[in-house]
Amino acid sequence: MTLVHDIAHARSGDKGNTSNVAVIAYDDAGYERIQRHLTSERVMAAYAHLAKGPVTRYEVPKLRALNFVIEKALAGGVTRSLRLDPHGKTLSAIVLAIELPDD
Amino acid sequence: MRIGAGAGMADDRVAPGVQLLQGSDLDYLVCECLAERTIARETLNRKRSPELGYSPMLAERVRAFMPLCREKGVRLVSNMGAANPRGAAKAVRRHAAEAGVNDVRCAAVIGDEVTDLLRSHPELALLDAGERLESLLPRMASANAYLGADVVRDALATGAEAVITGRVADPSLFLGVAMYHHGWSYDDLPLLAAGTMTGHLLECSVQVTGGYFADPGRKDVPRLAELAYPFADVGADGSIEIGKPSGSGGRLDRLTCTEQALYEIHNPARYITPDCVLDVTDVSFEELGPDRVRVRGARALPRTDTLKVVVGYTDGWIGSGEVAYAGINAIERARLAAAVVQERFRMEGGKADEILVDLIGMTALHGDTGRPQDRPEPYEVRLRVAARCPDRRSADLIGDHVRQLNMQGPYAAGGPVNLGPREVIAVDAVLIPRSWVKPEIVLIDKDVS
Repeated sequence: MTLVHDIAHARSGDKGNTSNVAVIAYDDAGYERIQRHLTSERVMAAYAHLAKGPVTRYEVPKLRALNFVIEKALAGGVTRSLRLDPHGKTLSAIVLAIELPDD
Repeated sequence: MRIGAGAGMADDRVAPGVQLLQGSDLDYLVCECLAERTIARETLNRKRSPELGYSPMLAERVRAFMPLCREKGVRLVSNMGAANPRGAAKAVRRHAAEAGVNDVRCAAVIGDEVTDLLRSHPELALLDAGERLESLLPRMASANAYLGADVVRDALATGAEAVITGRVADPSLFLGVAMYHHGWSYDDLPLLAAGTMTGHLLECSVQVTGGYFADPGRKDVPRLAELAYPFADVGADGSIEIGKPSGSGGRLDRLTCTEQALYEIHNPARYITPDCVLDVTDVSFEELGPDRVRVRGARALPRTDTLKVVVGYTDGWIGSGEVAYAGINAIERARLAAAVVQERFRMEGGKADEILVDLIGMTALHGDTGRPQDRPEPYEVRLRVAARCPDRRSADLIGDHVRQLNMQGPYAAGGPVNLGPREVIAVDAVLIPRSWVKPEIVLIDKDVS
């Protein structure tokens, strides 16, 4: 098993009640792996207790990046949320802890 | 032509802006200081005191920046005007004069405020809530359209040393500078793409130069304490190079640029700004040397027929309090304390639409998956109880009950605090036809009230 953290880095941002998490592989082999295994289903499962979803995945191969747009993820949005981290700045750390199958 | 980023949020650091002005041969300094809900809050402030309603750090920034701007011929562009660009421009002149810079010629951009207009259009659809605007109208505090780069271009064309706006889309502040300086038009899509891409990379200041990035041992940032703000060299042909002061702290490379390129973007092929629809899918970053990156490949489609309007509205109150436990049975004591707080809150007539109990150290940031193996018990924990309340008294009450836990709850409760009630200014958005908005440039070059 490989952690996403081993092969990629990430940044999260907010717009209203939606969080986007960009996951960027360090090299081409890493991009191939996240492109194959880091599906929107895997990401939705990792965020299921925090976000209603859905999750949309965009591929940006030239930047070796996947951009995940996670809807209804911020407890009503930055301005209304009761959470300690209303912007979801810490949410990128969740995707980096996802385990990917080898192969 | 060189544009520096002098701020990326309302309370961003001032010193790196001074560093840029001192040593980086800027032509323009752009300070982005306006979060989504800032204008709503400042609109309420302006109602209390009509001369206020602009960015709270304006005085500090003007005193630090304007002497250097005047000395070096750098022109300042900022959305620090928030809910009162005209008042802000007057304040710029006043604070600059106090810092020894007399007669700053300011241009204020007004007309983003569309509150009255929206009152006559209750049929508009709220983008987040999915309901009609009508449902928010009784509680609406502000409504401001995201203006585009053209207002910045036109304001600079007046010869102003300082351009002060209210709501202008963040990247448009930078594109407007490039359109003015190079004479670009809305027909030059590749150029609009270049200017918008530049703005997107620079609008969050240090987020492209090593801020929001360090992961010790995995991706390190040298001299993080000395992070510097970025600048961009934008050619008339749309060429872009991003840089930071030589010898400064932080890092600027393909990795930092890539993270910022996708920051707060949804569909990377369709990032909608008031000026164009930006496509970053073919963008590439080339490291030309330390602290220098060339950006290529930004594309754009023509701007849409609508403008986004951020609608601020009052939405009750939030109250919270915190207290800490440590050692044997710490988590069970925190849980008991949370139950006691909620029971007392109800007994004393507190009203809440939603209560959130966080165990900081376990479940506060990434939530509770419900699987104990995911959230092992820490040695110590800080309990946080937050409530969304319809009234101020209830929001204060929830914090009071947490504050009182050192005597009134389980044993050994440390550092209890009521963080106080806060009025919630929430935001949603609607789209309106471009033609409804009529921005104006007002020259503020005399000390008139």
